Amino acid sequence: MSVQTAIASETTGTVSQATTFEPVIIGFTCNWCSYRAADLAGTARTKYPPNVRLIRLMCSGRLDPTFVLKAFAEGADAVLLTGCHPGECHYIEQNYKALRRYRLLRRTLEGMGIEPARIQLVWASAAEGVRLAGEIARVTEEVRALGPLNWPKDLLAEVDGVDLEAAWAATGGDSGDPPPESDANPDAASEATR
Amino acid sequence: MERITIDPVTRLEGHGKIEIFLDPDGEVANAYFQIPELRGFERFCVGRPVEEMPTLTNRICGVCPEAHHMASAKAADAVYNVDPPRTAKLLRELLYSAFYVTDHTTHFYALGGPDFVVGPDAPAAERNILGVLAKVGMEVGGQVIQARKNGHNVIEMIGGRKIHPATAVPGGMTHGITEEQRAEIEKIGRWSIDFAQFSLGIFDQIVLANDAYKDMVLSDGYTQRTYYMGLIDPNGKVNFYDGRVGIMSPEGTRVGTYAPAEYRDWIAEHVEPWTYLKFPYLKKVGWQGFVDGVDSGVYAATPLSRLNAADGMATPLAQAAYERFYATLAPRPEAGGKRIVHHQLATHWARLVELLYAAERMVELATDPEITSPHVRTVPTETPNEGVGVVEAPRGTLTHHYKTDERGLLTAVNLIVGTTNNYAPMSMSIKKAAESLIHKGTVVHQGLLNRVEMAFRLYDPCFGCATHSLPGEMPLQVAIRDSEGRVIEVLSQNC
Amino acid sequence: MSPSAKPKLAIFGAASCGGCDVAIVNIHEHIVDVANAFDIVLWPTVMDGKYSDIEALADGEIAVTLVSGSMRTDETIHLARLLRRKSQFMVSFGSCAGEGCIPGLANLSSRQEILDTAFSTPSTDNPEGLRPSWEFGAAEGVLHLPEFEPLLRTLDQVVDVDYTIPGCPPESGQIWAALEAVVKALNGTGPLPPKGSVLGAGESTVCDECGRKRDVKKIGRFVRIQQVAEIDPELCLLEQGLPCNGPATRSGCGALCPAASAPCIGCYGAAPGVIDYGARLMSAFASVVDATEPAEIDRVLDGIADPVGQFYRFSLAGSLLRSGRSAWQSDGE
Repeated sequence: MSVQTAIASETTGTVSQATTFEPVIIGFTCNWCSYRAADLAGTARTKYPPNVRLIRLMCSGRLDPTFVLKAFAEGADAVLLTGCHPGECHYIEQNYKALRRYRLLRRTLEGMGIEPARIQLVWASAAEGVRLAGEIARVTEEVRALGPLNWPKDLLAEVDGVDLEAAWAATGGDSGDPPPESDANPDAASEATR
Repeated sequence: MERITIDPVTRLEGHGKIEIFLDPDGEVANAYFQIPELRGFERFCVGRPVEEMPTLTNRICGVCPEAHHMASAKAADAVYNVDPPRTAKLLRELLYSAFYVTDHTTHFYALGGPDFVVGPDAPAAERNILGVLAKVGMEVGGQVIQARKNGHNVIEMIGGRKIHPATAVPGGMTHGITEEQRAEIEKIGRWSIDFAQFSLGIFDQIVLANDAYKDMVLSDGYTQRTYYMGLIDPNGKVNFYDGRVGIMSPEGTRVGTYAPAEYRDWIAEHVEPWTYLKFPYLKKVGWQGFVDGVDSGVYAATPLSRLNAADGMATPLAQAAYERFYATLAPRPEAGGKRIVHHQLATHWARLVELLYAAERMVELATDPEITSPHVRTVPTETPNEGVGVVEAPRGTLTHHYKTDERGLLTAVNLIVGTTNNYAPMSMSIKKAAESLIHKGTVVHQGLLNRVEMAFRLYDPCFGCATHSLPGEMPLQVAIRDSEGRVIEVLSQNC
Repeated sequence: MSPSAKPKLAIFGAASCGGCDVAIVNIHEHIVDVANAFDIVLWPTVMDGKYSDIEALADGEIAVTLVSGSMRTDETIHLARLLRRKSQFMVSFGSCAGEGCIPGLANLSSRQEILDTAFSTPSTDNPEGLRPSWEFGAAEGVLHLPEFEPLLRTLDQVVDVDYTIPGCPPESGQIWAALEAVVKALNGTGPLPPKGSVLGAGESTVCDECGRKRDVKKIGRFVRIQQVAEIDPELCLLEQGLPCNGPATRSGCGALCPAASAPCIGCYGAAPGVIDYGARLMSAFASVVDATEPAEIDRVLDGIADPVGQFYRFSLAGSLLRSGRSAWQSDGE
């Protein structure tokens, strides 16, 4: 559904199924270009959907594919990567690495059932606030049309009276924090590994 | 209907579950041997590249990964219609022969051997490798360890690793061997020949020289007259790595042979909803249920089957052992002209004949002038499509069937593995054992467990392969319940 | 339990291939040392020991339990929990327990798809379309089968794990080294490793152990091994275009496969500090691909025939996403 149609149906008062779903999109922006573009959009009061939650990295090349996977595992419907235009990276070449990681992630995740449109890449310079806002709006509508992803943590919460979530938490769970110290082993330091 | 439930007290994979139902007279009405697990290789290998299949299918079984590795590599060759160079085939068969020495050694001394060496009526605590060593001496234990060490070292030299080898690929192998490695392998082969002869000697002294054991081997309780399957070379001799699959009828007639690609014309798998494993049978005869005989499509694929299905062994010492085997156990040929041994416990002896052949074959291959050639791979030129690879796993004929797309990614996988072939005969053996020991609702206690164990242990079952699930020793627990379901007795072993 | 009694050891394979048990047996003569140091209460592959005796033990009475194999059915989960209660230290042994291993790739399909495939292969004679039944009414009575779980799980997704020994299977020399350290820790002559430690493996990647020569990491193409006429025996395999998982895989195996000109497939699991194995490997490969234009990048990446399998061959069940979407989206049970 396009932005125009979404606005149109709002004004006419019809509420279709698609407009009730608000995608959760995690947006990784680079400090030097795209984050500043987002800032610019804000100060210029350019309207764009609030669905993208921005996380600032120093460079798009800092994007570890782990972040993308964690976003999906934690409930995101889509991930947006933004960075400096090729050739304009503040750290010279790192946005090319981001580009390659993005291409590789997209095809791998597709093999796992995540539609390619759920992970998108946008280059934006610090001056391109309006364009970035438009791109964010476009991505939001594309993801809205796909529907929620709702990646589950587990299929069975309980087996034979044992809360698997609690068992999972006891090992440190998704937080990656050190597991609670075991009474059976008072001398051991708790070190987290997964 | 009265019910004796052979039921693990703890719900635990690795158990065979056996359910025995009694009729109103207290006789056995039926027995169900359930295999409780599945992992799904035929599904999750779809989408994988064919060159990965030899290492993926390794993980069906960590006891016989070499079998899957080779069947898979041969299937992958067939998918590309590529013929590996002679040296590559020699290397694959050499690795495979060393694997047979190791595997058959392990089964005879640690798994099957205790039935005889210590005795079927000995306490369960003694019926293991330690009991065997106590009987035959610790020096023998050192030899057994040495045999296994040697075998795994050869596997590592050719296959890269001791468990889950990595070097067979479509078109050949990733690397060859050096002269130094070759010399070491030849030495190990010669040592293994002596070790195999020694093992046959132990069988002579402890089993054949003992009338009680001999009677047990020849007894009706362990006799089943099924069809027999095994790979045979162009001369009709047993070959573990390559050949055509031969089918021998219980009456000593060779029903036919088939090339791997033709397997579906010959075998099909029957389904029962109470187990994860399927029951292969011969299509030309048809599935008649859990019965033996020439009119039933049930067949066995074991060392005994291979010897029955073939005309002899391809190496001299093994051939002599083969002739002695049949002279002792099948003095007269069957109606079809071939001597057949239907006494299933003789599988243990057949396994040692194969051990000797594997050792002799190691030396033959290790002394082939082309074994150290660096030319170990042919690059495929054709578009990948479909192929079948067959080898003899120690536990039976192993079939890998792959279909791929034009890039060589798997679109369909069909696996019929060693122990699966024997699921029907094993189930029948168990029922026969139950029938011989349970009358009018009375259970003979230790005898039941021992006989049931022996009835399927001789098949050297590898349920890791069979359901592409889980392997090894069969822990077995028998809970005898009365008709109200109250436990009146619990018998157990290995668990 | 008297103070002089040997500590109890249990070795159990859940949904496993048995390779881990064979690897333990392959410590050869040292098996005697293990039998001398421990009272082995459970090891179905090799020795007798009763499961009912396990239930009869006090909680924590088993000093060390090694669990290999994955949590595939409700029975395997049940027994893992039983052993956890009865054990002081629970060790995740091998790749299946640690990260799901190759059978974890089943998580790319739904349970129904797996059963349908197995029971309708070209050689399967099943005109009625029968499927395994957890409860089946036979003519004589009801028969039960353990339930195949919708997802394959790792050991630590089911119980609290103290230590991990990685590998598919762990190399026997490493197994013995780890067991020796455990024996020393239990009798007080050596340090007890911190909870959560990885034992029997290195602290780096397979690349560190690999003897191949590393030149320049600029990968212009990925190739399928069967298409490489001659594999250079000395040069880094990745630099020859063969997708080798060394950069993300924990050291400890001795880099045996690359030494035999077979690319590392990643069986020793994640290198230290890695949260998601596939993510780390994707990052490594993407970093060294020698292309900057999207079309050119895609052309190079097309050389990786099966990305999901390449990056998650052993680690899918233990990864952040744990499965493919089909595993849970179409499972109506």
